[in-house]
Amino acid sequence: MQLLELQNLKKYFATQKAVDDISFTINQGSIFGMLGPNGAGKTTLLRMITGIFYPDSGQVMFNGKKFDPLNDFRNIGYMPEERGLYKKMKIGEQAVYLARLKGLSHAEATQKAKEWFVKFEMQSWWNKKVEDLSKGMSQKLQFVTTVLHEPKLIILDEPFSGLDPVNANLIKDEIFKLAKNGSTIIFSTHRMEQVEEICDHIVLINKGQKILDGTVHNVKQDFKENIYKLGAKILPEHLMTYIFEVVKHEPNQVLLRLQHDATPNDVLKHFINQGVAINSFNEVLPSLNDIFIQLVEGTTNARQFQNVQ
Amino acid sequence: MNKIFLIISREYFTRVKKKSFLITTILVPLVIVAFYAIIIAVSLKGSTDETKLAVIDKANLFTDSTLTQSKNLKISFIKNETEQSFVTRYKDLGYQAFLYVPEFDVNTTQKFVVHSQSSLSLGNNNAIENFINKAIENKRLAAQGIDPAVFKSLKANSEIENTIDTKDGSKKGSAGVAYAVSFACGILIYMMMIVYGTQVMRGVMEEKTNRIAEVIVSSVKPFQLMLGKIVGIGAVGLTQFAIWIVIMFVLQSAIPLIFPDIMEQITKGAAGDAEASIMTTITQGLSSLPLAKIVLLFLFYFLAGYLTYASLFAAVGSVVSEDQQEAQQLVFPILMPIILGFVIMTNSINNPHSSMAVFGSLFPLTSPIVMMGRITYDIPTWQILLSMALLIATFLFFTWITGKIYRTGILMYGKKPSWKEMLKWAFAKG
Repeated sequence: MQLLELQNLKKYFATQKAVDDISFTINQGSIFGMLGPNGAGKTTLLRMITGIFYPDSGQVMFNGKKFDPLNDFRNIGYMPEERGLYKKMKIGEQAVYLARLKGLSHAEATQKAKEWFVKFEMQSWWNKKVEDLSKGMSQKLQFVTTVLHEPKLIILDEPFSGLDPVNANLIKDEIFKLAKNGSTIIFSTHRMEQVEEICDHIVLINKGQKILDGTVHNVKQDFKENIYKLGAKILPEHLMTYIFEVVKHEPNQVLLRLQHDATPNDVLKHFINQGVAINSFNEVLPSLNDIFIQLVEGTTNARQFQNVQ
Repeated sequence: MNKIFLIISREYFTRVKKKSFLITTILVPLVIVAFYAIIIAVSLKGSTDETKLAVIDKANLFTDSTLTQSKNLKISFIKNETEQSFVTRYKDLGYQAFLYVPEFDVNTTQKFVVHSQSSLSLGNNNAIENFINKAIENKRLAAQGIDPAVFKSLKANSEIENTIDTKDGSKKGSAGVAYAVSFACGILIYMMMIVYGTQVMRGVMEEKTNRIAEVIVSSVKPFQLMLGKIVGIGAVGLTQFAIWIVIMFVLQSAIPLIFPDIMEQITKGAAGDAEASIMTTITQGLSSLPLAKIVLLFLFYFLAGYLTYASLFAAVGSVVSEDQQEAQQLVFPILMPIILGFVIMTNSINNPHSSMAVFGSLFPLTSPIVMMGRITYDIPTWQILLSMALLIATFLFFTWITGKIYRTGILMYGKKPSWKEMLKWAFAKG
């Protein structure tokens, strides 16, 4: 079931087409990765989804209805890239305050905050101030305040930056748990290895436009280059064939790119016939990182200013 | 609505609970009052340590011994010494200072030399001048054949007492008290608008640089956040007023209990002449003023003036980034009319019906302050109503405009926008 549908969203600023005609849908309970280089328009897009900005044209459908910020604020949890908390406010009070702004009652907010503080072992922080926290600690706190009111849609902009592996895993596990319980998560980042690990579905945005949309599996299949890794001791004379070309030759393994409609079976037959002892053979799919670089490369690195009429 | 209330209460309580709030609110008036109490106490009791003054009277000026009786000066006359011979010895003889009066013509103006080990206190300086002048006056009177005692009894000492006739009957007034009340109200509004306006601006800047604004506006509309902050801080200001009024009231009733003799002396009059005591003048002066009207007008102009300017301060806070200097540049045009208002106010206390005063109290950017300068005088009702209407209209207009600037500014980072860009935001649709 679709939770969120973006239809031809556009947002132009004075010198930039920040978001230029982007559409995609997000299914309920999925973890959705939104990728893009710096300045691609991710934050602007997220701000339109959270109702902070109004799109110039196009619309956002939430839960089958047109997105209405006033009523749907309650259903959205947004963790911006630049963390924001009141430095001088007590941590417990702050968590309760932010949850109440989302529409929870005081009792409800306090109870939920206490539960999350126990879960993240933050009980002793309650009466401390944010300025007493380290960067990683305030990150955890920010995550808690984002999900405290049990939103249907959780938007996380670079949630792991500044976290050590232990705390990053803690939050990662919570993200999986939340998705399993039916929350939908939009995950915006340019750290590809995290996306591969966490996301079901991704879109890639560059220069305000969507240039890629699909599940992680499909995207990798689409961009695969028929490269296989063969684990074996191979001598140069074993490689004299037209069915593949050698990408990389190392003492104990070789990377091959299949050619002329050759199949993996043909390759294996070739080496078996040569009497090579094969230890392993597997397909190498491109990493999202490679795909990302391949797609974004060639376009100018930094976003340029332009005149928007 | 509920959310605005949440924001208001957060803004209010985080400020009220701060130590600095308690200190400024409770301590500052206490310190001021204590300061004045000490000054009054000291000046009434007088300093106990006398200055020993030696006088070499070559002119035979001080024939009347009553003149040389002074509270703080112990005067001794030295015979058979000259200025030069005594200068080296007066310290050893235990005098702190000595006055040398050479022979001179009493009908000319003369300068006299007082030698002292350290600089003379202002009080002693005046006392010495005083008794020399009295002595010279007496000599001159005697030369004209007038008895100084008779002259003193003939001296006039009149005062004016202002009776204000209103519909409610006649009351004794005091121009001084009316002046003081006007000035105090004006300066209070002036200070409060700047102090609390700046607090609004700082609060907005804090939210922007902390990036908390982005989190909050995913829960509430930016306008709600802005309004909540303005109202919350305004409530802090009102609380401060309320506490001050309570403190003043308590002190007024407590001081006579703690220092009964001081109050007795004040009510009798500082000079002890018991002609017109300060306290009766103040009480009479205050009771002649339409206090209820003043309080109501003050509250209205404080609130409306604060709200009008606070939205401007909020807009400035939203468009600048961390840079304090940028903020100052933008705040300057906002401070200008406030300062102008203050200047017109001080002027219109003296000329409450001048065209400048009337203009200043109608023009919405200066009216909150200027109206205070005229508050103790009879202001035509149409002027008050027109001024209020203009102020409310300006407040609504500013809030509408600045709300839009704020909405865009609070999420913009980087370069400070130009005036043109801000105007564009202000009049953008939707």
